[in-house]
Amino acid sequence: MITAEQKPLKEIIEYISPYNRILLVGCNECVTVCAAGGRKEVGLLASALHLNCLKQGKTIEIKELTLERQCDPEYVEELVSEIGRVDAIVSMACGCGVQSVAARYKETPVFPAVNTKFMGASVAQGIWEERCKGCGDCMLGITGGICPVARCSKHLLNGPCGGTSYGMCEISPDVECAWCLIWERLKALGMEKRYEEIMEAKDWRPAGGGGPRKIIREDLSL
Amino acid sequence: MKTESRLEKVLASGALAVTSEVGPPRGALPEKVRQKATLIKDHVDGINVTDNQTAMVRMSSWAAGVIIKQMGLDPILQMVTRDRNRLAMQSDIIGAYSMGINTMMCLSGDHVKFGDHANANGVFDIDSVQLVQTVRRMRDEGKFQGGADIDTPPKMFIGAAANPFADPFELRVMRLAKKIKAGADFIQTQCIFNLDKFEKYMEMMCDRGLDQQVHLLAGITPMKSVGMARYMKNKVPGMDVPDDVIKRMAGVSKEEQPEEGIRIAIESIQRLKEVKGVHGFHIMAIEWEEKVPQIVEKAGLFPRPVL
Repeated sequence: MITAEQKPLKEIIEYISPYNRILLVGCNECVTVCAAGGRKEVGLLASALHLNCLKQGKTIEIKELTLERQCDPEYVEELVSEIGRVDAIVSMACGCGVQSVAARYKETPVFPAVNTKFMGASVAQGIWEERCKGCGDCMLGITGGICPVARCSKHLLNGPCGGTSYGMCEISPDVECAWCLIWERLKALGMEKRYEEIMEAKDWRPAGGGGPRKIIREDLSL
Repeated sequence: MKTESRLEKVLASGALAVTSEVGPPRGALPEKVRQKATLIKDHVDGINVTDNQTAMVRMSSWAAGVIIKQMGLDPILQMVTRDRNRLAMQSDIIGAYSMGINTMMCLSGDHVKFGDHANANGVFDIDSVQLVQTVRRMRDEGKFQGGADIDTPPKMFIGAAANPFADPFELRVMRLAKKIKAGADFIQTQCIFNLDKFEKYMEMMCDRGLDQQVHLLAGITPMKSVGMARYMKNKVPGMDVPDDVIKRMAGVSKEEQPEEGIRIAIESIQRLKEVKGVHGFHIMAIEWEEKVPQIVEKAGLFPRPVL
């Protein structure tokens, strides 16, 4: 899923300081799962913003709303009745959600309340790690189910660099060496020989090197 | 001969080769390059010119290499895939070759995190194996990585690095095999302090017959002090400095430690000279280039072959 973390409160306050009526919009998808921008976080952020205003002797109106999916025009449409009544929108969705709202409501400023981080998976309660770079040409089938593009700090495709120590990456003792993981997995699968096949220079076009990416599914289009 | 490289000729003659390195200055100081190269010029067959080593900006290896070439010496162009994409690297290879540089080292490079531009984005468009492959295809097939023909291809003698000490150990010879398959003509290794482990690695390499396919130069670094030995053990990723080496450095007075470090380096060379598959030495005397002649002489590697 897409992971996110709330921005520092100070930054959000700066964005909304010229405005009195705020629409604070959460999303029920990824940011809910990673506890950055779901219904609960919308409530918490609204309280924090109210409290800050009280301290400054100001009042603001905050309308709280959490959409099923902020990256989907169908749900973004649900905001239409609120738009005339607010001065600004604060979105707690990922960057996709923020842009969907901004694209639909062109005359109302939209500000992000979270920093979108990466495509990751939960590895333990409260811990998410990057797993996918969306390179558009998945090679997990030949790397033992571990992605060197997302998980090697240098996205090396042909094996570990010389900086691996005790199975960890040279950048930090907290980061596992992707190639050590791949090697262990290939061994477990009895596929050690595969390691010596040279992986050719990657075509980065599907990864974004060819410009902004798009999927068109004619079978689904209306 | 694949190239005009002096290193290739020395290795083909069957003599043990000696290379060393010059780290370019952090400023527009061509004289510094000349000074460092002058210190080692009579004692080596090639001079590695490092490429923004430890991810710090320095004079480009390309430019410093040309300065060394203009002195009538033999630079070995180091190139890391961290700072440039495949277009930039190939154009630099053609440029360097056009200026008379005919030997190079293909590396991935330290992560930007270690340098003074930690906020930069590492490029890593290709990795070191793919760079070896690219340079080999440029030379042997006259093709750019993108497939087009090169009008007068650069003929580089191609080097790659190997670290026998990084994890996982059992994969390290396979990684070497992969670099050879990609087109590496010679290998320079990481600094060797754990000789037993290195000899084990060489045995595994020879068992596969890889010593017949590539020239391996063993990496030697003299240590200036016990502090440096400890630093390398604890802080430099992928470095293996055994405790007995540290004990030996700590066993002499501070004033004598530099001499002890040099003695260790010389003894290492003498022992490794006898190891099957070792075709030479790469001496990395970090900011201590003036000691290279002494090490080469005392290790019995002087004079260098005249071609």
